[in-house]
Amino acid sequence: MKSVGQSIRKIDGMAIATGKPVYTQDLATPNALVVKILRSPHAFAKINSIDISRAEKMEGVECIITFKDVPAGRFTLAGQSYPEPSPYDRLILDEMVRYVGDEVAIVAAVDEKTAFQALKRIKVDYEVLEPVLDFEQAVGHSTVVHPEEDLSCNFDIGLQKEKNVASSFTEEVGDVEEEFKRCDVVVEGVYYPQAQSHAMMETYRAYTYLDHTGRLVVVSSTQIPFHIRRQLARALQIPASKIRVMKPRIGGGFGGKQTGSVEVFTAIVTLKTGKPAIITYDRKETFSCTTSRHAMRLKVKLGADREGLIRAIDMEVLSDTGAYGEHAATVLSCVGHYTLPLYNKTRAVRITGNAVYTNKMPAGAFRGYGATQGTFALESTVNSLAEQLGLDPTEVRLKNISKEGETFLTGQGVLLGSTSLDRCIRKGKELIGWQDKFPSREIGQNKVRAVGMAVTMQGSGIANIGTASIEIRLNDDGNVTLLTGATDMGTGCDTILSQMAAEILEIPMENIIVSAGDTDTSPFDPGSYASSTTYVAGTATIKAATELKKKILEQGAKFLGVSPEDAEMNGLAVRSVSGEQEIGLAKLAELTILGAGKLQLVGYATHGSEVSPPPYVAGFAEVEVDQETGKVELIDYVAVVDCGTVINPNLARMQAEGGIAQGIGMALYEEVRYDELGKMATNSFMQYKIPCRKDIGKVRIAFEESFEPTGPFGAKSIGEVVANTPSPAIVHAVYNAVGVKINHLPITSEKVFLGMQKS
Amino acid sequence: MQIKVTINDKLVTWDVEKDEFLADTLRSHGFLSVKKACETSCCGLCTVWVDDKSVLSCSILSLRVHGKKITTIEGVPKEAEEFARILTAEGAEQCGFCSPGFIMNVLAMKNELVNPSENEIIHYLTGNLCRCTGYMGQLRAVKTYLGVVEG
Repeated sequence: MKSVGQSIRKIDGMAIATGKPVYTQDLATPNALVVKILRSPHAFAKINSIDISRAEKMEGVECIITFKDVPAGRFTLAGQSYPEPSPYDRLILDEMVRYVGDEVAIVAAVDEKTAFQALKRIKVDYEVLEPVLDFEQAVGHSTVVHPEEDLSCNFDIGLQKEKNVASSFTEEVGDVEEEFKRCDVVVEGVYYPQAQSHAMMETYRAYTYLDHTGRLVVVSSTQIPFHIRRQLARALQIPASKIRVMKPRIGGGFGGKQTGSVEVFTAIVTLKTGKPAIITYDRKETFSCTTSRHAMRLKVKLGADREGLIRAIDMEVLSDTGAYGEHAATVLSCVGHYTLPLYNKTRAVRITGNAVYTNKMPAGAFRGYGATQGTFALESTVNSLAEQLGLDPTEVRLKNISKEGETFLTGQGVLLGSTSLDRCIRKGKELIGWQDKFPSREIGQNKVRAVGMAVTMQGSGIANIGTASIEIRLNDDGNVTLLTGATDMGTGCDTILSQMAAEILEIPMENIIVSAGDTDTSPFDPGSYASSTTYVAGTATIKAATELKKKILEQGAKFLGVSPEDAEMNGLAVRSVSGEQEIGLAKLAELTILGAGKLQLVGYATHGSEVSPPPYVAGFAEVEVDQETGKVELIDYVAVVDCGTVINPNLARMQAEGGIAQGIGMALYEEVRYDELGKMATNSFMQYKIPCRKDIGKVRIAFEESFEPTGPFGAKSIGEVVANTPSPAIVHAVYNAVGVKINHLPITSEKVFLGMQKS
Repeated sequence: MQIKVTINDKLVTWDVEKDEFLADTLRSHGFLSVKKACETSCCGLCTVWVDDKSVLSCSILSLRVHGKKITTIEGVPKEAEEFARILTAEGAEQCGFCSPGFIMNVLAMKNELVNPSENEIIHYLTGNLCRCTGYMGQLRAVKTYLGVVEG
């Protein structure tokens, strides 16, 4: 293959690397009003009164909006296909404020300074209420976070608002209790994966203006342009036809920008004033007024026979969705959805869970989406099981993992797709040096080195829900334009999709123009999330390119006077198979599209998959722990990835290395914390540490390709699965080093030290 | 207040507020490669050169650079492109948002350190955060750029 499988540079790479003005803020006009938000200082309160008179009079203040000025219909900011499985529990501004940082008033002024001064002159009288801050106390708490009558759901997600339950979930196959009785070994554990911040480098921002027909144009750093259009239509109560959403280059998303955190605030300003407006969240707002990963408590019970075959799994999940329920139901259900299929020698499986409202910043989508938390808990328990049985944890995996084409207990007969997880495990063992290093060895000076491991899976798109449409047209000059609603956020999907189109059309990538992420011109795509783009939009690209190629060959054959079967592509030309005649694409386009031809050649396809074949990772960590201080140093991390066919080795490697680093951050450094009044204590990089380049040690990635028949060129996905293994693998390694098992992430030196004191 | 600075080899006179930071001044004059991402001098995205040394432009008052020579990535297009070609050949720009500041610091390092070791490279660049790549690809690119031989 000429394009697919090649490490091709991203088509936007040079522009973004050298600082060209192609991001949201760069595109705003200097006259745009600056939008700032007045925020609640209380975790839970009712606004008695707001006095904006002093702020309103200020020169340069254009507009101040309070809860009295916004439409009454509730909505969700979750970027999900309609009907969204997230509760409609928000107003643009509400009389009730539900967390420290919740929006109280929107101010637009001619510049930032004036806007900040205006914020200070708004006087708010609050009735302060008792907040729910501990998510383990939320169910049945005397405080009800969402008492309002008009909260609604599109369908039953198990919401019981009077109990602070945003969503609940139960799935059981077989009789778990009975099965545990038959097991030779039963192990249990309680795990607390923490809230994690996305901390993408480009903070949240959106720029809005009215176009020449009075329509609202939104330029936003978002993963979900089409969902933003629908959200805004509902929130602002204007027709969707009056809204255009465009996505320029994006400075990282990681799922954070799958929630519409900022667009509505600047959109309402532009609608009220008729003027362009920009909102740019600072880092503090990005940390404390958007979303994070759901903090969870997971109780896991595993039963196995003496040989180590896992026969019963029971998981009980409590998920903290914070003040609003964006992604509450789906992240909860994905905990089991993306872990239980790993092991299919089970005879009974049960998973139950609640996602609860609390008075903290809402949780939302974050790379891994429940699988990260579920993997931490399940894999940690499997490691405990291996220890109890006296078996090598890698062997326990190899005995229990699902194989290609098998079913699994909770899968209702769905066949698992391609897998090379067994090879990934064997390769990882070899690369990390498992045979010599497991479990641990003293290296002197009170230091011990040890290894640990975990496996994980994710999905590739959302089966039967996610779709992508692609249009590829031959232009009048013989080049082609690929139109897609998929949103490249640095991930490289503009490049990946054009690699695939180039492969099918047999033309160089330079002749393909990618036009992406504009709701006015792109065919529908839900956006880039749920590890969808390569797998779903990629297949749509193949279909569309195949159709266009057929049309080009038919048209070329006509000009050459041969049958279409006797025509083939030859670079930027169609030639007869005999090779005697040839017509260039430019000439073909000229004769077809211009003037007399009257025929625009277009390939078009919509694709949605009935399955979501899991990609897999086997992750191996080597740590060095100081037995005196508890200091943990990550020496080496090996991740062996099965993402099906690797479409672009460099971009896949970079996804994997970056995902592992984000997972290392979660394992060792990162934690969203609140003070006793519910104010976020980790709202800057000074308090919230993401890994810097000294913290990562060595990360090594290897690929063990499988061929997924339902995927484009055999590909599955890679974006999310890579985030999941570091927490359980590093916890395992630390345990093997010093016998301290950390169930509350992150693993800090203090926890390890205190654990060593106890044991 | 007015400052006179040499920006990318051009002498200019700019009106600035006394509490204005250099990053904002630069952006307002169209040097949009300069990104801000933290407000706490932690991330390195706003890195530019003042008198050929890397500084965090978000944390230096514009008044303080009066009379000095400022260089943004727009001012070193050839050198930036040379390294960016290597960086993007690794795929290590990913979202690209941190790249301009990172590249400015890599170029500064090249001017400052002679034959740096891997540890010296990592140490020099520690202040440039990146959330996408996990740093390994950036390191490979820097080593290729500097001609560091493995081992």
